[in-house]
Amino acid sequence: MDLKDLYQEIILDHGKNPRNLGKFDNYNKDAKGNNPLCGDNVHVYLRLNENKKVEDIAFEGHGCAISMASASIMTDMVRGKEEKEVKEIVTDFLGMIKEKDSLETNILKDDEKTKLMSLSGVKQYPMRVKCATLSWHTLTSALDNSDQIVKTED
Amino acid sequence: MNIDDIKKEFPIFDDKIQNNDLVYLDSANSSQKPRVVVDRIYDFYTKEFSNVGRSVHYLAVAATNLYEQTRVSVQKYINAKDKDEIVFTKGATEAINLVANTFGQKYLSEGDEVLLTELEHHSNYVPWHFLRKAKNIKIEFAEINDDGEVTLEAIEKKITNKTKIISVSHLSNVTGAILPIKEIVELAHTKNIPVLIDGCQGAPHLRLDMQDIDCDFYAISGHKMYGPTGIGVLYAKKKWLEDLPPYQGGGGMINEVKKEGITYGELPNKYEAGTMATAQVIAFNESIKFMEKIGIQNIEKHEKELLDYGLEKLRKNNSVNIIGNPKEKGGVISFTIEGVHPHDIATILDEDGVAIRAGHHCCQILHDKLNLPATARASFGVYNTKDDIDKLDEAINKCKKIFNL
Repeated sequence: MDLKDLYQEIILDHGKNPRNLGKFDNYNKDAKGNNPLCGDNVHVYLRLNENKKVEDIAFEGHGCAISMASASIMTDMVRGKEEKEVKEIVTDFLGMIKEKDSLETNILKDDEKTKLMSLSGVKQYPMRVKCATLSWHTLTSALDNSDQIVKTED
Repeated sequence: MNIDDIKKEFPIFDDKIQNNDLVYLDSANSSQKPRVVVDRIYDFYTKEFSNVGRSVHYLAVAATNLYEQTRVSVQKYINAKDKDEIVFTKGATEAINLVANTFGQKYLSEGDEVLLTELEHHSNYVPWHFLRKAKNIKIEFAEINDDGEVTLEAIEKKITNKTKIISVSHLSNVTGAILPIKEIVELAHTKNIPVLIDGCQGAPHLRLDMQDIDCDFYAISGHKMYGPTGIGVLYAKKKWLEDLPPYQGGGGMINEVKKEGITYGELPNKYEAGTMATAQVIAFNESIKFMEKIGIQNIEKHEKELLDYGLEKLRKNNSVNIIGNPKEKGGVISFTIEGVHPHDIATILDEDGVAIRAGHHCCQILHDKLNLPATARASFGVYNTKDDIDKLDEAINKCKKIFNL
């Protein structure tokens, strides 16, 4: 294990200065997520237009560098994408965090993939995987209009 | 037993953990186990095992005697009047649930108030919340002050003529505040209110005298006292154990069972239904003996020295913010680092073998009050040394470096 894999410069940067942090007025989908073990939480807001494209996305919440960076990078990455593309990216990301060595989707450009792969260091820290995945599960919940609050624990 | 040399009594420190010497600063969560306790479990299972309290064969009688010896040891250790005032449970959580459930059944009804404090562990809130749901009782919280303490005055302020029971921590697992429990009991008794003390953090670190404290109930966690998991103690005054209904039904707790009705067993069997954690109870006796051998006054002194050293060291460390400043404080230092989330702190410290806890420590009410989602916490046990604190301090510096602080 190497801390440098976990706390890469890009993670520290997004963790310290998360992009898209806050809430905007005309969102039409949102969902909340909690990590009851540590008390971290996230609230994802997004606006899907008539063509099912993510026009805008933002999040509120607090958490560790990993969870903040993950939400920050995620929101950057899915803005402008269509709903089904977003879902493909989410599935690909979660697959990578859990088991796969790399990202497989063609939707993301190489530099975007590199950015996302900066989160792959959490694989070596099983207790921290939930920090990286919480906002992604919450995004899915928002898209699916689920009223259920996403929890990392059952 | 020399306290400065105590680490070697604990096998966990014999080997490296992830290539590091273990710096274990998570004893408020659970303590490590001395060899005598671990060996006792092995010996009991390999040479002496039987269930207790039922059969009359040699092993059963011997096991029953061993099991009952722990009860007497606990009684003496906490200076309870009678050995029947010691009830074994699976932990302090079950001990509190037992009281909430049975006392609630018999004495609480709609509109009655249970008085807790803002620094309670979830295990001393959730069981009362069940009663709030089932019986529509009210739960009041005595407030913490800016130093992270709960004073006698804060308790007094929340007592009304509806208050039916007061349930408070002996020692906060977050701020380390030691509550004035004797004074709280004295005050409560002038108003005929019984008091339950959650002694999870008290019992492993402070001298206990039930007859002096005079509380009605005291909950103890075995695994925080260098004992096995799965074992706790409820101390309760005999009058309560005789008066309250049984908690769980099953074998061992009955007197006579007929189709028409059932009568319950004598104390302490009335509250020990089913096969108990026999091996753990028997091994818990070794934990008590271990602590007695060191001497609780030596444990208190040692941990106070560590606390003073730790506070001084961390106060000097820029950007470390220590949570709470109670005048009477146990060996717990909760802290935050400006700009680094507690979970990141814990992961980075772990890389150097420094084991701490991060999160809300099962005290969300307290963290809401402090307006902090989480804190990092270093907590001490008999085996800790000043060297451990130096390593904590170094690891914190590494953490600051990674985050460019």
